[in-house]
Amino acid sequence: MVSTVIQPVVEVRKVVKNFGETAVLRGLELALPPGEVTVLLGPNGAGKSTLLRILAMLTQADSGSVSIHGVDLAQKGPTARGLTGSVLHSPMLYADMTVRENLIFFAGLYRLRDIDDLIASNAVRVGIESNLDDRVRTLSHGFQKRVALARALMHEPRLLLLDEPESGLDSHSVSRLDNVIDEYRHAGRTVVMTTHIVEHGLEIADRAVVLSGGVVALESPSPAGDSTSILAAYSEPHEQRSPQGSAL
Amino acid sequence: MIDSLAVIWSIGRKDLLLELRNKDVVVAVAGFALLIMVIFTFSLNLSQDSARLIGPGVLWSAVAFAGVTGLNRAFSLEVEGNTLEALMLAPVSRDLIFLGKALGNFLFITVALVVVLPVFAVLFNLVIFRWEMLAISLLTTVGFSAVGTLFAAMSVRVRAREVMLPLLFLPVVTPLIMAAVESTSHMVNGRSWSDMSEWLQLAVAFDVVFLVVSAFVFQHILED
Repeated sequence: MVSTVIQPVVEVRKVVKNFGETAVLRGLELALPPGEVTVLLGPNGAGKSTLLRILAMLTQADSGSVSIHGVDLAQKGPTARGLTGSVLHSPMLYADMTVRENLIFFAGLYRLRDIDDLIASNAVRVGIESNLDDRVRTLSHGFQKRVALARALMHEPRLLLLDEPESGLDSHSVSRLDNVIDEYRHAGRTVVMTTHIVEHGLEIADRAVVLSGGVVALESPSPAGDSTSILAAYSEPHEQRSPQGSAL
Repeated sequence: MIDSLAVIWSIGRKDLLLELRNKDVVVAVAGFALLIMVIFTFSLNLSQDSARLIGPGVLWSAVAFAGVTGLNRAFSLEVEGNTLEALMLAPVSRDLIFLGKALGNFLFITVALVVVLPVFAVLFNLVIFRWEMLAISLLTTVGFSAVGTLFAAMSVRVRAREVMLPLLFLPVVTPLIMAAVESTSHMVNGRSWSDMSEWLQLAVAFDVVFLVVSAFVFQHILED
C-alpha cells in the first residue's frame, strides 16, 4: 500500500511575534493543506491579522519559520511573494491614478504579459469593468476593495490571503467575493482569510482555525459540523500576555 | 537585468505620473529654492566678484534645503495610502523598490533644477550653461536622491518627520554639497575640468557608496 503525504501549502513553525512588551503570537504552529479555504477566527488581538501579515511578508516573525509551498519566506522572499496574492484592510491603491493605471503598474511589478487582457478579464471577475478609467479617489471603499481584489488575482496566485475581505462591501460584492473564493477552491488553490462574521466564515470555509492569545486554540477540518465548539472557543476570553508569559 | 530595470523604471514612471497630476514635489522644491536665492540676492549687495564667490554656495544650499521638503512629500504619499505595503507585496527585491523611488526623486530634483538654474544665472549674473554644470548637477542630484530616499523612508513613520529628515539628511550630504559648491566655483571662475576633477571624483565616490549602502539598508528599514 502506498501512502501519499500531502505537502502543506502553509507551514508555520513556532512563530513568535511581539510588539514591544505585547506578545501577539506565542510559538504558533499551523499547517494548511492545499485546495482548501481556511478561515482564521478569533477575538480582537488574537493575532489573525499579524499572522496574515507575516504570510504576506509585510511583517517578520521574531523567531520561528514560515514556508509557503515549501518556499521559506526568510530565504526566498520574492519567490514566495509571487505565489501569494493579498487583500488586506486597506485597498493600498494610488488614489490619483485610474483603476487601469493602478492595475497596469502592479502588473508590471509582477512582470505579467498580455496585461490588457488580464485587466479586462479580472475586471469582469470582480465587477469593475465600467470603472477602469475612473480615478481611484472617486470610488467608494467597496469598489476600491474590488480593485484590490483584482490586483491580487491578476497573477493567479496559488495562495490567496484575505484579511476581513467583506468589511465595507455590500451584499452583492460579498457574493461576488464568495464566487471568487469558490472558483479558487475548485481550481485546487488555497485561500486563507480572517473574518469577524463567524457564521459567514463557517459557511464558506473547509477548515476553521481559532486563534486565542497568540496560539491555535482550536482547529476544525469540518467547520460546519463543529460550529458549536468553534463559537465556544471564539468567545472564550483570553489575556494579552507579555513575551515572558505574565499577564499584562 | 532587463526585468530589474523595467521594475525600477516602472516605479519611477509611476512617481512621475503622480507628480504630473499633483505637482506637489517639484513646485515645493523649485519654489523653496527660488525663494532662498531671491532672499540672498536682495539681502546682499552683489558685485561680479562676490557673486562668483558666494553664488555656488547659495545655489547648492538652496537646492539641498528645498530638496528636503520634496523628499519628505514624495515618501509620505506612499505611506498615506499604504501603497508602500502594496509595493512590498510584489515579488521584487526591496533594493529595486529603493532604486525606483530614488529614480523618482532624481527626476523631481532634475525638473526643479531645470527651473532653478536659469533663475540662478540671471540673479547672480553668472554663465553656468556649460557641460561642467551638467555633470555637477547630475552627480549632485544622484547623491541627493540616494541619501534622501533612504532617510525619507527612515523618518516617514516618525511623528516629527519634518524635523527628522533634515537632521539626518543634511549632515550626511555635506561632502556632496562641498563637492558641488567647489566644482561650481571652479567653473564660474573659468577653470578647466582638471581643476575640478578631484571634487567631481569625490561626488562620484559619494554617489556609488551611498547608492549601494542605501539600497542595502533600505531593505531592513522596510521590515518592521
